[in-house]
Amino acid sequence: MTYSVPKVAGEAEMTVGRDEATSQWPMWEVFIRQRRGLSHVHVGSLHAPDAETALMSARDVYTRRVEGVSIWVVPSTEIVASDPDDAEAFFGSIEKPYRHATHYEIPDEVGQM
Amino acid sequence: MSADQLGPDQRGPARFEALLEAEDKIEPTDWMPEGYRQTLIRQIAQHAHSEIIGMQPEGNWISRAPSLRRKAILIAKVQDEAGHGLYLYSAAETLGVTRDEMLAMLHSGRQKYSSIFNYPTLSWADMGTIGWLVDGAAITNQVMLKRCSYGPYARAMVKICLEESFHQRQGYEIMLTLCRGTDQQKAMAQDALDRWWWPSLMMFGPHDSESTHTEQSIEWKIKRVSNDDLRQQFVDMTVPQADFLGLKIPDPNLSWNEERGHYDFGPIDWDEFWAVVKGNGPMNRERIEHKRQSWEEGAWVREAAVAYAAKQLRPKHTRFAS
Repeated sequence: MTYSVPKVAGEAEMTVGRDEATSQWPMWEVFIRQRRGLSHVHVGSLHAPDAETALMSARDVYTRRVEGVSIWVVPSTEIVASDPDDAEAFFGSIEKPYRHATHYEIPDEVGQM
Repeated sequence: MSADQLGPDQRGPARFEALLEAEDKIEPTDWMPEGYRQTLIRQIAQHAHSEIIGMQPEGNWISRAPSLRRKAILIAKVQDEAGHGLYLYSAAETLGVTRDEMLAMLHSGRQKYSSIFNYPTLSWADMGTIGWLVDGAAITNQVMLKRCSYGPYARAMVKICLEESFHQRQGYEIMLTLCRGTDQQKAMAQDALDRWWWPSLMMFGPHDSESTHTEQSIEWKIKRVSNDDLRQQFVDMTVPQADFLGLKIPDPNLSWNEERGHYDFGPIDWDEFWAVVKGNGPMNRERIEHKRQSWEEGAWVREAAVAYAAKQLRPKHTRFAS
């Protein structure tokens, strides 16, 4: 459902987030293999006290309609991500067209290659 | 000027603008204006709370569903709402808010949920009307939100929209069954429509002229269509469905406008809308009280889960030592 509840006149602006102090359960990232032959794909996250409970919760939260045949859960803190500011260094625009098959001209007479 | 020619402190803002411009998604690790982050936290948290509180009006009828089939369907639907709430809490958490914070704000009334759930479900026909109208209105809004600029929110919407389709269809099927039944059953369906029609239209929020957030949200591509346009879409879609059921929409001003190519409809009672938003709807207090109570009474389950997790972590030999 949806639902942006409008502010009541005079309602204070509230700033939330970045609250480090919390006692809540660790977060887990959930990956599902849709069917045999495909890779596990990230579908979301959840909180659980341990791995076994995380797996059971992932089943209830993310696969109510047989969305997959296998689930991975990984502690969110174990994921190491690249920084968007480093995108240039990682995925930079240095052209290396010779890495692509279309870079090479093969006469039509040769046929499919 | 490309982003790599800018100083490091300007690269974030420039990339943010460029991504919006290109209809690309903003992802959690990207720089974003604080206002964008706060707007999304507020909206996604409210959306999540609505799914969770939305379980109550329908949960009310699980034990009194008229058949085993209807009961199984209703349980599955309520379970879906819980799932939707959880996808959305996860999406909000990517913005740096904790789930504990959001729950605390719901319980203390500092964060709201959709006012539609502050109306009572008085008869079985309300289950049909909620699926048909309330989920129908929600789908109208959520289809738009699939194109929202914030990646995690947009992705949650894709999955939710797929599942909501079942919700609306099962509701309409209940209405069809009642309308093809006895006079009494049809009257029950009409009574439910009479009570839920106007609150459903209010779900789209104030008129564009009164809506202070719409402009900025549209600029940030969080919202892609205005409140009034979404409401019109919903009315245009729903009127023929009511006609098919043989039910009468409770609005004497409702009529097809050939020139506009849309239905005209009567004025919405905004006093009622604001009264409910401010906490004075028929069910506001009960909904939050019930939520708080279930959270408190469930404490032992959470504690047991933590104790079990701690026990699993203990090295095996210590189990024999004691």
